[in-house]
Amino acid sequence: MSARVLVAMSGGVDSAVAAAILRERGYDVVGVAMRLAPEPAAGARRRASCCSADDFEDARRVAERMDFPFYVIDMRAEFGARVIDNFVAEYLAARTPNPCVMCNREIKFARLFERAAALEADYVATGHYARIERDALGRYHLLRAADPAKDQSYFLFTLGQQELKRALFPLGAMTKGEVRARARALGLANADKPESQEICFVPDGDYARFVERAAPAERLRRGRIVDSAGHTLATHAGVHRFTVGQRRGLGVSAPAPLYVREIRAQSGEVVVAPRAGLGAAGLLACDIRLVDPAAAGAAPIAIDARIRYRHPTLPATLALEEPGRARVTFVNREGPAVTPGQACVFYRGDEVVGGGFIERAL
Amino acid sequence: MRIYLDYNAGAPLRPEVRAAIARLCDADAANPAAVHHSGQRARRALEQARAQVAQLIGADPREIVFTSGGTESNNLAIAGAAQAHPARRIVTSGIEHSSILAPLEALARLGREVVYVAPDREGRIAPEAVADALDAPASLVSIGLANAEVGAVQEAAAMAEPAARAGALFHLDAAQAVGRIAVRVRDLRCDLMTLSGHKLGAPAGIGALYVRDGVAIAPALLGGPQESGLRAGTPNLLGAVALGAAVEAVSAALEEESARVGALSERLLALLRAAIPGLRLNGPRSNRVSNTLNLTFPGVLGESMLIALDLEGVEVSMGSACAAGAVEPSHVLLAMGLGREAARSSLRVSLGWNTRAADIERAAEIIARVWRRVRAAEPADSDAANGGGSRGADSSAEAAR
Repeated sequence: MSARVLVAMSGGVDSAVAAAILRERGYDVVGVAMRLAPEPAAGARRRASCCSADDFEDARRVAERMDFPFYVIDMRAEFGARVIDNFVAEYLAARTPNPCVMCNREIKFARLFERAAALEADYVATGHYARIERDALGRYHLLRAADPAKDQSYFLFTLGQQELKRALFPLGAMTKGEVRARARALGLANADKPESQEICFVPDGDYARFVERAAPAERLRRGRIVDSAGHTLATHAGVHRFTVGQRRGLGVSAPAPLYVREIRAQSGEVVVAPRAGLGAAGLLACDIRLVDPAAAGAAPIAIDARIRYRHPTLPATLALEEPGRARVTFVNREGPAVTPGQACVFYRGDEVVGGGFIERAL
Repeated sequence: MRIYLDYNAGAPLRPEVRAAIARLCDADAANPAAVHHSGQRARRALEQARAQVAQLIGADPREIVFTSGGTESNNLAIAGAAQAHPARRIVTSGIEHSSILAPLEALARLGREVVYVAPDREGRIAPEAVADALDAPASLVSIGLANAEVGAVQEAAAMAEPAARAGALFHLDAAQAVGRIAVRVRDLRCDLMTLSGHKLGAPAGIGALYVRDGVAIAPALLGGPQESGLRAGTPNLLGAVALGAAVEAVSAALEEESARVGALSERLLALLRAAIPGLRLNGPRSNRVSNTLNLTFPGVLGESMLIALDLEGVEVSMGSACAAGAVEPSHVLLAMGLGREAARSSLRVSLGWNTRAADIERAAEIIARVWRRVRAAEPADSDAANGGGSRGADSSAEAAR
């Protein structure tokens, strides 16, 4: 009997192609699409992530065409508790979260693994662009995708040996063009549609408004916008409206453009500075996960750090400190603005060593 | 070999129905309203089917209106009664089919007052509660005779008099009752009754509404004079003949078949109880259609069980599916007072004419095995499995890292 694989299908072309490839390779494919985002409020505009017969259309089509079972499963409660609540709490705490990392860690590679075991599936597969390799010693390595423009390994740093052993990323070695060609060959209507860059549960991209609707008013941290010397420049309606490095929408006029340098959750102060005052020398990260903890030593190692998705990697030194914490020192002392709450992922060449969440800049 | 245990959603075609459909296809029947020979032949076939349906429920053939199915029959009964009878109040219950609840919600938006009688914890609707809700003039009482989710059979006859006293028409949705228990419209004293073809082994797309002689309701589809003016459009002759054949097959052995299916259900329940500690049967122990088992499986998500069982070839159901295809907990169980968690752990197993003893033995073995595996792999007593209420303080605290 062939190995069974639970394929997480989003309704987009990537995961549909991933499922088709696995089916062709002879796996016993079971397609699942997850309902994640809550229902939109009545009257809100239609969007891709709410419940309708059109949802998961590509997933259904490829399941019919490739003759494998497909189910829609309801993960709204878990997604709400572990991803959306975290997203809101992070913004209220003056950090800028990355819910996709959280969703992978808490839902796709946690709850979905449990579901896989319940369904006697040996593997969980997704349409992520990343590669997994197993070495001669039986250790698993997480690598960047072959197509650097599509690489999504950043979102997957929380996967450890246990997860990688049971994960499959069939698109990791393919380019986006190859995937689109396969999608067209499979007759997928949306083969050429541009991908959404938005967070699935905030389809209009207005995170501030989302946080304001989700959180009680008394938890919104209002305060002042100040300069580096502490002079008040303006007041603001909540720290959740700001992210470090932000320039637009500050409501402050100054001779030179000002950027958010720091957000102080306690006092509600948003510190702004000219561009020159923004760069960090490094960062402290917490909640560190290593792909292969057994391979990590105590001595500092040279890495390339990615401090947000799509940001070029920066040469740095990684020192693991007390359990779960790390210090990243940029080789180039004047680095970019560092945004607390974002994931910092450590690469050695093409390989993901691990990562964590940025606590503060150094 | 798959084991189909979802008869309340729809029964497989009976061989008698296949044969009747094939015969009609060969007969070149035309439009039953046409004057010519072929039309007359069609008309005979249609009226024979009408007589078969009428006989099953003890009605006169002229009281049977063919429709496209249970949903249309319910909509015709409700909209037709409300249009013909101006009294504001309409009485129903919270455990009815969506094709009753949705048209009533629409009427409520138009200014009608819809009173929802609460069921007890076993899904029974007390006739006294219906009578209490009828303390003002009403246009309609609409109740399911047998509940689709838990199989509770209501004491409908006792609701007829309070309905009449309030001036209301009395509508019974008998889609899940016909073919499983003896259903006689004169005994039940209803004015309107819904029948569905595919619950009986006819194809989907055919149903009927019994409209008692002398009862006036407004038509929903306007056009030609077909079906006593209550349902315009050339009748679905193929469907009607199929329904007639299904009804004929059901009537021939109603008691024996009901006893046979009841014994199989009891056997399945006993096997599952022995294998699954804490298994709970939802719905009443007596006054039920014997083919329906609604079961709460401790410590698992029904959704996982449903999928795992499907992958093992056992086909059951859970609640209803949303437009995107995800299953939602049954609104009937929630209305009966089950917690959301228990409702999310419940599955409906429904047997029917083609269920065999060997199917039940195998299904019991597979269900027990799947339950053990799902419970071990994905225990559902976690906070997150509680459903709606999970966005609370605990998860926020955890999320705050």
